[in-house]
Amino acid sequence: MSSARTAEAAVEVVDLVKRYGPTVAVNGLTFHAARGAVTAVLGPNGAGKTTTIETCEGFRRPDSGTVRVLGRDPGSDGRELTARVGVMLQAGGIYPGARCAEMLRLMASLAANPLDPADLLDKLGLAPVATTTFRRLSGGQQQRLALAMAIVGRPELVFLDEPTAGLDPQARRATWDLIADLRRDGVTVVLTTHYMEEAERLADAVVIVDAGQVVASGSPYELTSGGAERQLRFRAPSGLDLDRLLSALPVGSIGKESPSGHYVLEGEISPAFLASVTAWCASHGVLADDLKVEQRTLEDVFLELTGRGLRT
Amino acid sequence: MTTTAPGTFTPQPGRAPLTRMITAQAAMELRITLRRGESVLLTLIIPVLMLFGLARVDVIDVPGSRIAFFTPGILALAIMSTAFTGQAIATGFERQYGVLKRLGASPLPRWGLLTAKTAAVVVLEIGQIAVLSVVALLLGWSPRGSFFTVVLLVLLGTTVFSALALLLAGTLRAEATLAAANLIWFVFLVSGGVLFPLSRFSPAVRDLLRWLPLPALADGMRAVLRDGALLPRHDVAVLVVWAAVLVTATASTFRWE
Ligand SMILES: Nc1ncnc2c1ncn2[C@@H]1O[C@H](COP(=O)(O)OP(=O)(O)OP(=O)(O)O)[C@@H](O)[C@H]1O
Ligand SMILES: [Mg+2]
Repeated sequence: MSSARTAEAAVEVVDLVKRYGPTVAVNGLTFHAARGAVTAVLGPNGAGKTTTIETCEGFRRPDSGTVRVLGRDPGSDGRELTARVGVMLQAGGIYPGARCAEMLRLMASLAANPLDPADLLDKLGLAPVATTTFRRLSGGQQQRLALAMAIVGRPELVFLDEPTAGLDPQARRATWDLIADLRRDGVTVVLTTHYMEEAERLADAVVIVDAGQVVASGSPYELTSGGAERQLRFRAPSGLDLDRLLSALPVGSIGKESPSGHYVLEGEISPAFLASVTAWCASHGVLADDLKVEQRTLEDVFLELTGRGLRT
Repeated sequence: MTTTAPGTFTPQPGRAPLTRMITAQAAMELRITLRRGESVLLTLIIPVLMLFGLARVDVIDVPGSRIAFFTPGILALAIMSTAFTGQAIATGFERQYGVLKRLGASPLPRWGLLTAKTAAVVVLEIGQIAVLSVVALLLGWSPRGSFFTVVLLVLLGTTVFSALALLLAGTLRAEATLAAANLIWFVFLVSGGVLFPLSRFSPAVRDLLRWLPLPALADGMRAVLRDGALLPRHDVAVLVVWAAVLVTATASTFRWE
């Protein structure tokens, strides 16, 4: 870890360990979030994302390792950080009986130079429910209010724990636009998400976490291009003889059928490769459907690294 | 969905002046409390109805003037309802819903949150005392005693009951806090010297009850407002001791999450 990097990082987590009784929630996790950048922490359920973020927010104390936020220790300098850091919890944090605008105004009145709460509600599509109590807001509206509360105080760093969970496509896009605007204006954003598309679109840096450890990190481009050729995907009746197909393709090509009837071929995918595949299909009377050549997605990387098993 | 002008979100962090933060938080607490029907019922409607009923209907025998006996006790009960029962239940759920946690990450310091809560409680109490006093005066009440001693008793009672509220809310689950707060309210209603004098109990029980907070507050209020006592020493001492014990216990056990 170079000192230049230290000076730039808004968040530095080094060898963080956090246990809950016998459960090791975070197991030697290290990552940095650069100032002014959007960093996405990606991982399956129970990976330790919330635990890590909440340690950075000062809610939880590390069992070992260090956490520095804007150069401070959130455990002991938490008071100083509260005015500089915006927080969106994964859930809760709002009086069920508080009206939407009222809650946002409260958060605004705690800050020295807040944004205009009414403008922010408008920006997030909450103006029509401004006088609705929190308990009567829909799940997505509740999420957006929590997001608005995190940024209304004009913080220099925001932690957003699953900012788009449960949002409809329009609301998700509005949130993405908002995060892009935060980045444009120099706010550092650290968010967690399960959505690869979101990380790919929004983040300057992605940290993939599984079982409390970082399994990969880098820019979305580095992660998706790392070691990866392109893929060719198609659908066809299940049970094609893949070995025979691969023998008709350049050496080193690989392929698999997963799930049944869905085929993925990887290799040096050239026009000739494509022609060989379609020719092989034609000679076997197979109609390849939905055939496409694509870059490995972050989702592929994610599933490769974290496996396909369901998480507890 | 509108797009924002560049620079809209340019960081300008900073905390508001303390007084603004605490005022805003206290106003929020107050509005939330007044919006909950059950808390208005508990803190205002029930005490007013009790005052009417007990003063007018001769079901419970008390020595001397009925209104002079019941008003101080009902004032004490109203203070307990606000500072203890209402506050314990509200704070328990705030903790469960993560409100306390979220506010812990805001620029409002924790002691500022407690100050705001106390301010909201005191404002509510002033309202309760005003309404109950007017009703009592209309029913023929003629209070005696020192205004400052009453204020002292109210402040001590508020400290004791707020600390007890936060002790429960800060350690038990919200549902358990709800149950315990209602149970304690009811037990004190019956045994606190509000509905009938402590002299109805056997001497042993009475001596025990005199060391508990609500009987002390009710008895102290009665000693001043009915009998014109300058300083009900025993009651004040009991409240001071409870305040010291409960504030210490609460400060060392309260959990925000
Ligand atoms: N307060 C707690 N007490 C006990 N165990 C906990 C606590 N918080 C988290 N855990 C456990 O720690 C592990 C990591 O949880 P965490 O909430 O950090 O995961 P996450 O990555 O945020 O998951 P999700 O995507 O589902 O939000 C899980 O196994 C969880 O059960
Ligand atoms: Mg989580």
